[in-house]
Amino acid sequence: MANKDLGLYIHVPFCRSKCPYCDFYSIKYSASTADDYKNAVLRNISAYDEVFDTVYFGGGTPILLYNEIADILKQINLKISANAEITIEANPESTTKEALEILYESGVNRVSFGVQSLNDDELLALGRLHNSQTAINSIIDACEIGFKNISADLMLGIPYQNRQSLYHSINELAKLPITHISAYMLKIEEGTGFYKNPPKLPDEDFTSDLYILTCDELEKNGFFQYEISNFAKRSFESKHNLKYWDSEEYIGIGPSSHSFYGGRRFAVLRNLREFIEMPLQNIYITEENPKTFDEWAMLKLRLSKGILFDEIGQFGVNKDELINKAKIIPKQLINIDETGIYLTKEGFLLSNNIIEKLIF
Amino acid sequence: MQDREYLKKIRNFSIIAHIDHGKSTLADRLLEQTQTVAQREMSQQLLDNMDLERERGITIKARAVRLTYKAKDGETYYFNLIDTPGHVDFNYEVSRSLVACEGAVLVVDASQGIEAQTLANTYLAIENDLEVLPVINKIDLPSAQPELIKQEIEDVIGIPAQDAPLISAKMGINIEDVMEMIVRDIPCPVGDPDSSLQALIFDSYYDSYKGVIVYVRVKQGTLKVGDAIRMMATKAEFDVVELGYMGAKSLIPTDVLKAGEVGYIAASIKDISETKVGDTVTSVDNPAKEMLAGYRNVNPMVFSGIYPADGSKYTDLREALEKLQLNDASLTFEAETSMALGFGFRCGFLGLLHMEIIQERVEREYNLDIITTAPSVVYKITKTDGEVLMIDNPTNYPDPALIELAEEPVVNAHIYAPSDYVGNIMELCQDRRGTFKDMKYIDEKRVDMHYELPLNEIVYDFFDALKSKTRGYASYDYELIGFKPSKLVKLDILLNGDIVDALSFIIHEDKAYSRGRKIAEKLKEHIPRQMFEVPIQAAIGGKIIARETIKALRKDVLAKCYGGDITRKKKLLEKQKEGKKRMRQLGSVEVPQDAFMSVLKLDE
Repeated sequence: MANKDLGLYIHVPFCRSKCPYCDFYSIKYSASTADDYKNAVLRNISAYDEVFDTVYFGGGTPILLYNEIADILKQINLKISANAEITIEANPESTTKEALEILYESGVNRVSFGVQSLNDDELLALGRLHNSQTAINSIIDACEIGFKNISADLMLGIPYQNRQSLYHSINELAKLPITHISAYMLKIEEGTGFYKNPPKLPDEDFTSDLYILTCDELEKNGFFQYEISNFAKRSFESKHNLKYWDSEEYIGIGPSSHSFYGGRRFAVLRNLREFIEMPLQNIYITEENPKTFDEWAMLKLRLSKGILFDEIGQFGVNKDELINKAKIIPKQLINIDETGIYLTKEGFLLSNNIIEKLIF
Repeated sequence: MQDREYLKKIRNFSIIAHIDHGKSTLADRLLEQTQTVAQREMSQQLLDNMDLERERGITIKARAVRLTYKAKDGETYYFNLIDTPGHVDFNYEVSRSLVACEGAVLVVDASQGIEAQTLANTYLAIENDLEVLPVINKIDLPSAQPELIKQEIEDVIGIPAQDAPLISAKMGINIEDVMEMIVRDIPCPVGDPDSSLQALIFDSYYDSYKGVIVYVRVKQGTLKVGDAIRMMATKAEFDVVELGYMGAKSLIPTDVLKAGEVGYIAASIKDISETKVGDTVTSVDNPAKEMLAGYRNVNPMVFSGIYPADGSKYTDLREALEKLQLNDASLTFEAETSMALGFGFRCGFLGLLHMEIIQERVEREYNLDIITTAPSVVYKITKTDGEVLMIDNPTNYPDPALIELAEEPVVNAHIYAPSDYVGNIMELCQDRRGTFKDMKYIDEKRVDMHYELPLNEIVYDFFDALKSKTRGYASYDYELIGFKPSKLVKLDILLNGDIVDALSFIIHEDKAYSRGRKIAEKLKEHIPRQMFEVPIQAAIGGKIIARETIKALRKDVLAKCYGGDITRKKKLLEKQKEGKKRMRQLGSVEVPQDAFMSVLKLDE
């Protein structure tokens, strides 16, 4: 049974080296494992009789496997709809013109670069292998090869960052041919290098200021906020990521990937060896029945458009009750109008508190 | 006329010791060597059988046990060991336990010597004409200096100590000497079994099968199963169902208790408040003309609100308090409602330690999380219309415009300490608004300082402050003497502009400013930042006397939501919500429980 608008996420768990802030699953790249991995991915995709309108290669550093990915796309061609958004994550240090060309030819139409900063001291502190010039070059290469939809990641609240350095990163990015920016705040996760050796970070209030500054500056440059951490030029919002926040279904392939499919949420263990060896990836259910208002609203409130009253009827939720709950939230954090409820920039910063008050 | 020879075989005594000087260990040893308890049955420190007592190293309730000892003279003796609580909150109970005895064994650590805490109880024993017999313990330690300590006992207390047994309770050395000394030197009780009945109540507890078990020392007369008895103070009457002696492991029933003996009465008594410590039990048919001297109706001195942290546990809390009250007649409680905390109870305690013990027992034994409001004493307010109010809850404090006269309870306090610390103690007492009465030298080195102090200045943290200013050497006791006019004010705490009734308290005007500021500071430390700025204010009437501001929270942890791991995010939020359940919603402000606790103890 074909599912309309199904997303496909493929986790590519290889990196040249591990960044100290990253808790995504990845191991050191090796060419021989890459081939086994590719076969396992294909084996798993073939198990699903579906057509996908978004495909997202996330990682890890997917671009390291550009040949394998090109091959995967070729082989699953029939499962991808005509105007599908096909994204690959790329780290500048691992990006070559050759790789970009091959991927472009294979149908990839969106590249998301892990730029993080355009200040070299900040990049060094983050343990990144690239510098600002490498990042700029990669983006220009991608554009020259023909990519029309290029995204860049930006990190906030990182060592050495100040207003001026952040202005610099934003304004330099804005000069480049990019259509989308993801701006994340650094969060130290358990088990990472930064968790063991914490760096000196800007304090929380200052990081909040940096976030507001980012929102304002990006908007001035034509990048409109559509989610807590995501900004895009008109009509360049990430279709794939929007599926997550719109509670649409997607299938995840690869170790540590997550799926929302057939009404259930499930995940795959963080184990590449097992993923390669098992006939089909071993899943465990994380949520048997996720189609609740709580979860739906939690995700919707991440979006700038927020919760639309027109859509809450399906959950049997009363609009006035919801508005009454929203009224205890300080006004500068939340907007309530005739169409719905949505958070302000300051509200996004406190979304955990607000979501908890409104729904859970 | 009944035979009185049995009196010669009875020894009634208690053990006085500083914490850690080995009272419980010695008691254990006595039980063991008299074979009252077989060694394998011994759980360490049998007499202190509440967990809390073991942890704190104090005896909360008195307890008693009967031992049988075959002495070197070939005769068999009955020892009644009556334990005493060890804290000023329970001073009255201590005095009643001592009155039930003819002697006391004073245990002194062979290296540390006499500690101040021991002194107060020793004086109390001497005051009640008890024979005080010193024992030097821990002689097995390399640092032991028994000869020096003996001299110290003679110098400081003024009792002979040259023949004091040198023992190690821990190692079981010379325990027999202690028992022979008890036989030889503690006077046997006197009393007339044919006289009308007078039995002193020194303890009681609730047994779910037998009702209240009353521990008594029969002073005069004879008590038999089936007798109709009357409690002379409470006037309650009962029929004796069971009498007996206190074995270490269980009660040992008997038919008769005679003058001089220590034992228990069970009489289907449902309510422990009818068996007050210090009361005299007499017979209905042949009542004694007078009560035994020294009875005092012990009233709670300190009051505070106890609320369930989780409002739905109100009934559980009531049941817990009811059960605790079965065993503790000095605990009082009645329902009260707080705007901030919802439904709870106004509870009365003997003192701050008693309050802490009750709180801990509710939490541990009944597994309830509770929030406690600041302790208060009872104030006497005369209104302009002549009405007199006794206020133990700041919420009920009248509008100052309606107050003609405000009075606070005042105590006579005696502080016993080495003379080196006189300056520090005077400073402390002045700070606590004390009035110096007199000072007596107990001996060359020790003083008894007599102060009149407002009760609300000592219920709080006076004992802690006193100990820290005297390196732990001082002890004190006090007795309520009445009410005196005072410049009292009600101090309110406002969060985000709203008064939090549970944080209000009554205080002397001169202290209000600094206390208000301290509370505001403490709350700022303990209340997490909220989605908006929260002013904390201390106010008297409409006048703000202190202010702190909790800055608005800017950001909470933004867990990423990428690669589609939605469940993790959701679980984080659910966990956060669960955590918030331990908070109290005061108006729009979320206040954690420890914020309420933080204002209870302000380091001075």
